[in-house]
Amino acid sequence: MLIRRPPKIPSSEITPESVFRARRRLLGAALAVPAALAVPAALAGARAAAAGPDGEAVTPEDIVTSYNNFYEFGMDKGDPARYAGEMTVDPWSVEVGGECGKPGSYAFEDVIAGFTPEDRVYRFRCVEAWSMVVPWLGIPLKDILGRFEPNGNARFVEFTTLYRPSEMRGQRALFGSIDWPYVEGLRMDEAMHPLTLMAVGVYGKPLPNQNGAPWRLVVPWKYGFKSIKSVVKIRFTGSQPKNTWNLTAPREYGFFANVNPNVDHPRWSQATERRLPSSLFNPNRRETLMFNGYAEEVGGLYAGMDLRRHF
Amino acid sequence: MSRFLKPVVWLICGAPLVWLGYAVSVEVRHPGAALGADPGEAVVLYLGEWGLRMLLLALAVTPLRRRLRWPELARVRRLVGLFAFAYLSLHFVAYLGFLAEFDWSLVVEDLGERTYITAGALALLALLPLAVTSTRGWQRRLGRRWRALHRLVFAAAALGLLHLLWLTKDGYGEVLAYLVIFLVLMLERLSHWSRQHGRSGPTILRAVQRGLSGGS
Repeated sequence: MLIRRPPKIPSSEITPESVFRARRRLLGAALAVPAALAVPAALAGARAAAAGPDGEAVTPEDIVTSYNNFYEFGMDKGDPARYAGEMTVDPWSVEVGGECGKPGSYAFEDVIAGFTPEDRVYRFRCVEAWSMVVPWLGIPLKDILGRFEPNGNARFVEFTTLYRPSEMRGQRALFGSIDWPYVEGLRMDEAMHPLTLMAVGVYGKPLPNQNGAPWRLVVPWKYGFKSIKSVVKIRFTGSQPKNTWNLTAPREYGFFANVNPNVDHPRWSQATERRLPSSLFNPNRRETLMFNGYAEEVGGLYAGMDLRRHF
Repeated sequence: MSRFLKPVVWLICGAPLVWLGYAVSVEVRHPGAALGADPGEAVVLYLGEWGLRMLLLALAVTPLRRRLRWPELARVRRLVGLFAFAYLSLHFVAYLGFLAEFDWSLVVEDLGERTYITAGALALLALLPLAVTSTRGWQRRLGRRWRALHRLVFAAAALGLLHLLWLTKDGYGEVLAYLVIFLVLMLERLSHWSRQHGRSGPTILRAVQRGLSGGS
């Protein structure tokens, strides 16, 4: 059996310990209470000190929470912030199934109970060629998945977003081309990678609805559409799951969707990105990095694969 | 009434541009306040959307003139058309400046590889000679050929719609609405054309004509 040592995350990719320790104390307390309660404003000071990977500036909170693609609430970048409030996130249950020892329907609180959310400041790169640097709070996905005891047949894991047209106006829209609910998937080794996160918060607060409350996947080396929001279903499978954008436009979106400046999307060059906030006279364009800058950590997962074919 | 026609058209067609000018001026002083996190993209989308609306409005002038029996409308056709050209030219310039940042190799790549951009660029290219020859002088000089040349506007509108259709990822309601408007305006022309050519037109044209003229 191949034993893979978890790749080391360079210190530059991680928030300084003094900063996150301070935050963790507060957050442990904050997240233990229902998600609707606000976190003390005292956090603001600690947060401002956080620097992004390689000293890149962290995207301001108001942009992270107001510029979103969450088509369940509309096509416009501002629609999720406007309408995601209509979604009920408490109570929230998660259905676990497929190739695992502990399938069943779990309350969200029970799934994350006992874990302390960690600070992870990650680059976030959208396939539309814009990017942010986001201070997530999350639990490594491998820890969560371990709870359900995936068996030897589990080669992939599939995630499903909430389907509730009464609260998600995008799911009611006429002339849409997306077959709801939104589904995504990862290969098991991608899911178990230490960088892969289930985020439960951002900016030291519980995740706002428009960012995928109460929890969402974050896979920092893949285009944003892989990082599925408001997850209600986790299923372990033997064969590669479908993913929504691949089903909607197979020529444009693949299953892997690794950030790759050398493989263009038919609509957007992927060689560069606009780091938000961009301004009219300083678009803030920068070179896109292979695997979004996480090549050292995740490159090994794809050794020998033709990334042009498996885009 | 007809005295106010042109000022009213200036007001209607100019208003979105005035609003954009205001938004940009706010944006320059307070980044993010008026146009969001990605203002360059917002400006490009805004101009493109209004350009397409103006183009459809220009195509609506003649059918409306005929159906409403309002001959004075003909006097504003050029104005609306030039507004469409202005919006779409600004759309292209905004793309060049804000999105491509005058990186010509990227522009060439976009034009060659991304079909929706190719379609959009061809649409603007088709409008260029129409804007140039929109003056009375050119109208006189070209004579009968002027009308033939200006039929290019139909190709431009079709290419513009294709541009929007191809860049739409989901939520096809908007492009569908524009498409229906375009088709109605074209059917009106088809109906008019077949009436002009007597009964010799194909049956389907006569059926369309009857439909549009309300039976009989």
